[in-house]
Amino acid sequence: MFDFTAPLRQRFTGLNSGAEFFSLRYVQEAHQHLSVRKNIAEPPSLTRDQGAMLTVRVNGVEAYAATADLSQAGLQRALDQAEALARQIARHALLDLREQPVSSARADYCSPNLNSTFPALADCYELLARESASVPGDSRLVNWQASLGLSTVEQIYLNSAGAELRQAQRFVFPGMSVTAFDGSDSQSRSLGRENFGQQGGVDVIERCGLLGAGAQVADQALQLLLAPNTPSGVRDLLLMPDQMMLQIHESIGHPLEMDRILGDERNYAGTSFIKAQDFGHLQYGSALLNVTFDPAIPEELASYAHDDDGTPAHKQFLIREGVLVRPLGGALSQFRSGLDGVANSRACGWNRAPIDRMANLNIEPGDKSLAQLIGGIEHGILMRTNRSWSIDDARNKFQFGCEWGQLIEHGELKGVVKNPNYRGISAGFWRNLSAVGDASTFQVLGTPNCGKGEPNQVVRVGHASPACVFSQIDVFGGDA
Amino acid sequence: MAASPLHNFQDLVAWLRDNVRAPEQFTLSYSAEQSQFIRFNHARVRQAGDVQQAGASLKLIADGRQADLHLTLSGEPALDRERLHQALAELRQILPLIPADPYLLLNDSAWHSHQVQDGPLPDTARVLEQIEHGAGALDLVGIYAAGPISRGFASSFGASGWHQANSFNFDFSLFHANGQAVKANYAGQVWDNAAFARRLAQAREQLEYLGRPLKTLAPGQYRAYLAPAAMDEIMGMLCWGGFSAQAIASKDSPLQRLYAGDAALSPLVNITEQVSGSLSPAFSGEGYPRSDVQLMDAGQAREQLTNARSAAEFEQVANGAEAHEWPSALSLAAGELALDEVLARLGTGLYISNLWYLNYSDLPAARMTGLTRFATFWVEDGQIQAPVSTMRFDDSVYSLLGSQLEALTTERELILSTSTYGQRQTSSSHLPGALVKRLTLTL
Repeated sequence: MFDFTAPLRQRFTGLNSGAEFFSLRYVQEAHQHLSVRKNIAEPPSLTRDQGAMLTVRVNGVEAYAATADLSQAGLQRALDQAEALARQIARHALLDLREQPVSSARADYCSPNLNSTFPALADCYELLARESASVPGDSRLVNWQASLGLSTVEQIYLNSAGAELRQAQRFVFPGMSVTAFDGSDSQSRSLGRENFGQQGGVDVIERCGLLGAGAQVADQALQLLLAPNTPSGVRDLLLMPDQMMLQIHESIGHPLEMDRILGDERNYAGTSFIKAQDFGHLQYGSALLNVTFDPAIPEELASYAHDDDGTPAHKQFLIREGVLVRPLGGALSQFRSGLDGVANSRACGWNRAPIDRMANLNIEPGDKSLAQLIGGIEHGILMRTNRSWSIDDARNKFQFGCEWGQLIEHGELKGVVKNPNYRGISAGFWRNLSAVGDASTFQVLGTPNCGKGEPNQVVRVGHASPACVFSQIDVFGGDA
Repeated sequence: MAASPLHNFQDLVAWLRDNVRAPEQFTLSYSAEQSQFIRFNHARVRQAGDVQQAGASLKLIADGRQADLHLTLSGEPALDRERLHQALAELRQILPLIPADPYLLLNDSAWHSHQVQDGPLPDTARVLEQIEHGAGALDLVGIYAAGPISRGFASSFGASGWHQANSFNFDFSLFHANGQAVKANYAGQVWDNAAFARRLAQAREQLEYLGRPLKTLAPGQYRAYLAPAAMDEIMGMLCWGGFSAQAIASKDSPLQRLYAGDAALSPLVNITEQVSGSLSPAFSGEGYPRSDVQLMDAGQAREQLTNARSAAEFEQVANGAEAHEWPSALSLAAGELALDEVLARLGTGLYISNLWYLNYSDLPAARMTGLTRFATFWVEDGQIQAPVSTMRFDDSVYSLLGSQLEALTTERELILSTSTYGQRQTSSSHLPGALVKRLTLTL
């Protein structure tokens, strides 16, 4: 671990620059993706990636250069390139960063169980083959797949103010999906995949529930195939954590990103229905809504000690008892806006610059068991596992769809329904939050696929949430 | 870099040919870019940087098994040979540990392809001056991306392909003080000040309409014109498995009913994966030369996009599709509606410049939802009346491009991908606008 520290430190010390500040962020990544589809092992896909981003500040203007040439000459070339670019754009620059403080922190951070042995490749294939084989023989089951992603990432950040921040992380992404087809309609049911990932080791596979899941996932796909469509109308909506994560992500996370509010993302990811002056008093949701930026749940995907600009990360309330408190804004956004933020300046790799991102964005548990949540609904529907997401560029009008729906009548769970969709408007939706599940309903989830930024970046984000109930929501089904 | 991308690639291929011997086989897929990215906000530079990157995907095949390793290259030949050596050693260790692959299919032909477009790139200082001068007091936001892109392929069977192009893409929006915006794009190989000024003037003209009082529509059904950029979003959604041989066979395609013969689109719809004349390489990362593929003819399904693995599994012929089996040069044939007649033919309804964030409400039914974004107008009697607030649609492609499709425009737009996930992309689409009799708005 951190084997490249000494040579990198030496090369950083040897760099020459006329800039008032410069930094180097080195990233080394290894990925492995394995899959067994319909009992056939697919070829393994491996990635070995390393490179560095050099950032300079010249008279308050910053620019960067990214390179995979990590020799002394290569790093110096990139630094010179960044410095030349900073001077070239100076006359056109939006920001004057001469007064922006820089990090001088020194610390290490590691994922939980980082040194524990992960199953060897052949053992992983065996595990996946076992799950694939457990899908029962049924001519309606036309496709199924068990998969396992493994990523290890080491990052070393050095800067001319003396900072040295190292982090080593391991991420695990198990998954299973089954598709059933009746000659006209098809329905899929999944476990994990884009809706689950954690830091850790083999323990993550166990927590995901992949072991022994094949038969159950297949059974649920067949149940969906036989189920009626979700009826249209207004109902109370019970969202389980694997849909709550998407709801949090799209209609709390993105609108609270400070760079969107400052207009940086207007050409691509979009803007926000939230304005800078809303922080401190806007009633975002009902009094039951407590949302935190929490980098301290060890297994959650975006737990870390410092962000990619070197800002120390601490748990912060973004929304407390329904009131909007602070944005998702890193050091630069805080400097630009004058608002307090969080340590969420993140880059997807060595070839992209840090920007405001979600990290771990969670909803704090309430006081109701799942039975109490269901028992409190007169006319409603339970939905779980996201499969479709769409929201406007201000992150307001949304429509989401799930794999699994189950009607609730008079406080009791009733039949399964297929194609459960719902729509609403973020600005009002969270004020309809009427009950929040307790710790027994709380799950730590996350996704590897959050896209944003120009140039584009995909990062891992964590979302932990209890099950939640929203009153009077417009729900509907599909065409067939 | 110490060596040019082509020399670096050739050096790696030569090393592999010396070090991988039958019965082992290899394929090597290479990509590189030297890009400059300049972000703008409020017509000033928000963030700027250079990215120099190269990578290679090495596939090793032996004893009926295959494994892939993607490695980042430094550009320094000796170091990259060492990295390739390590990658090869790792793959040799892995192969005996994995099961034999019944769907292993290799293209053993020794094809050759070489395309280089290395005209000079725009001078950054001049581009910055032009953008600042052109924008003036406008609230411009966006990104300028420029530089050479390379793709290469080689195999132990003697195949070799090289594709290199210099290009720039300035993707931007102009915002009115009321928050409404118009989207524009200026891309190509040679920066022409006059052409850029014309593009900016067109956007500025639309911006003036956006200053009118906003019209809020009730959910319901409306006549609508979908401009090529809006059509690009719809076609982009269909590309998610729509034409993929594996998705169709696995009943995970939005067009599975079309390919099963149970549904059809309008006879006006003719879709081709038009590789010839596009900016995409003439070969796939799997090592197949690519030619044009007719996907849809007069609203009926024709060929699918089939990669090597699908070809083996579903007993089809591989036709140069990449691993994900998405189109990269999608072409929808033109219709007969002249561009200057669009507003008159629309009469009363919606003029939609762009759509945003589409996804499926019901995938087997090809029913999709999404939102208007950028310059959507309410039109009455062929005259633009007012910008329209963001609205959500929810409709099936079998309706939009089927029973409700009235006309396609005679003029088409070549839309170059602005995607930079991982690296700058080379995909494009060539699309007309579409006049539809009924678009369902839901929120």
